Amino acid sequence: MPSVVSHLRSILAPLCLAFALMFAVAAPAAAQLSFKPTDQAVHEDKLLEALKAGEKVTGRITIPDRMAASLIQPAGREWRDFQRSMLPWIGGIAIIGMTVLLAAFLLIRGRIRIEKGFSGRTILRFASFERFMHWVTATCFIILGLSGLNISFGRSLLLPLIGPEAFSMLTHWGKLAHNYLAFPFMLGIATMFAVWVKDNIPSRMDWNWIKAGGGLLRNGQHPPAKRFNAGQKGIFWMVIIGGVLMSLSGWFLLFPYQAGDVTSLQIWTVVHAIVALLFIAGILAHIYIGSVGMEGAFDAMGTGQVDVNWAKEHHALWVEEEQAKGRTPAGAPPRGMPAE
Amino acid sequence: MARVKFLCDADRCIECNACVTACKNEHDVPWGINRRRVVTINDGKPGERSVSMACMHCTDAPCAAVCPVSCFYTTADGVVLHSKDLCIGCGYCFYACPFGAPQYPKVGNFGSRGKMDKCTYCAGGPEADSTPAEYAKYGQNRLAEGKLPICAEMCSTKSLLAGDGAIIAEIYKERVMKRGYGSGMWGWKTAYSDSPTG
Ligand code: SF4
Ligand code: SF4
Repeated sequence: MPSVVSHLRSILAPLCLAFALMFAVAAPAAAQLSFKPTDQAVHEDKLLEALKAGEKVTGRITIPDRMAASLIQPAGREWRDFQRSMLPWIGGIAIIGMTVLLAAFLLIRGRIRIEKGFSGRTILRFASFERFMHWVTATCFIILGLSGLNISFGRSLLLPLIGPEAFSMLTHWGKLAHNYLAFPFMLGIATMFAVWVKDNIPSRMDWNWIKAGGGLLRNGQHPPAKRFNAGQKGIFWMVIIGGVLMSLSGWFLLFPYQAGDVTSLQIWTVVHAIVALLFIAGILAHIYIGSVGMEGAFDAMGTGQVDVNWAKEHHALWVEEEQAKGRTPAGAPPRGMPAE
Repeated sequence: MARVKFLCDADRCIECNACVTACKNEHDVPWGINRRRVVTINDGKPGERSVSMACMHCTDAPCAAVCPVSCFYTTADGVVLHSKDLCIGCGYCFYACPFGAPQYPKVGNFGSRGKMDKCTYCAGGPEADSTPAEYAKYGQNRLAEGKLPICAEMCSTKSLLAGDGAIIAEIYKERVMKRGYGSGMWGWKTAYSDSPTG
């Protein structure tokens, strides 16, 4: 028996020592045992305070959907406020403002006539390919514009008139059209750039044209211009820059989550909406001057043949160039409609 | 009428994901969609907290404010619901929602997201209560049967509370008083801050 006890003792003694040592070593760790869940625990208020604009409270999740790791993104409320309060103002000022401006211009200045009247002789201004390209892009633009406006303002303007079912159906088709017509539109923008950029490089002449108010303000004033005057160049560059911005922002909305997360989608929708409204306002002016605003102007994109007197008044240098190339012998007999 | 809300007492959540699973089962939620999820903040660090989050049924709900077809409606209990018949799957509600609640059956381009799906507070949708049509689109309508959402009912630690907002807030505050700490009423500031009555 004693041998057993002494044997036990000989085992216990080093064990006790080992335990004592362990506690001695673990002494600093003992401080952790008194860890208070209160002090170091994450706290929602602190997390929210530490957030910078556009940031989210995120963590880890155990489901495959990575986006679900974002717990709170307060920016969603700001995006709501933009959609609800800012956008109607921007849209209202841009579109209604431009319409009022154009109506006032028509009232005061009236339709800009061809001063010398129609000569009966025409000159080819836009070849059939150019007109095709213009009208494809324009048709896309109109449908894209209307379906886009419907997305932003339809629920206030149209929904009460036609009811939820019809409105939802219409908006659904509008959305599909918007998604698919985006592609011919982008192609149109690219083609227009390639075909027309050479005639749209700004020059000194444009400055003089602008100083003379483009001859739009007073009768009898016709600052010289080549194929495109400064106003048309302005429209060209607006379409190109606007088109690129719309395409870029729209691309990220068409292919969501490839460019980033919900924050980038919020930013791209804001860019898309603001540029679109300014773009529409600009195009309203373009439509005005190309139709009711100026006599003889529509033919350029209609038949492609413009009256020589119109051409001389608005694009004197271009007419000279064309005549020098022998394309339109001065005094040629009136031409009929081009065979198309 | 009571204004119903969710409240997750993160100091009690053990990240068991029972609420997530119960929800999926109760409503036959399609693959890829989680109406409720558990997010762990500061995972692996001292003081980590897990929060069970779904649609918070916000006051002046951002989703409802931006929906182009205005397909959301708020019930008398303050539950934010939507109509899948009217939804065009545009994604706007997802952009606006502070809690990532709206989800789509397809992650498609070209507007092929499908109809939006989100937590209904177990209150179904615009269809007649507890009909097969309602179940197919929105899941079980427990509220119509006088029951609370399954996620909160399932919660083993009673971390997730559902019910009258004033009452569950009171329960939470009592708990915080008693134990002396609380990591906050997650999401409440963002979801209900604008309204004094919540
Ligand atoms: S949590 Fe999201 S989906 Fe739910 S009501 Fe609020 S904004 Fe809408
Ligand atoms: S996805 Fe549906 S519910 Fe959400 S904003 Fe678009 S139409 Fe409305």
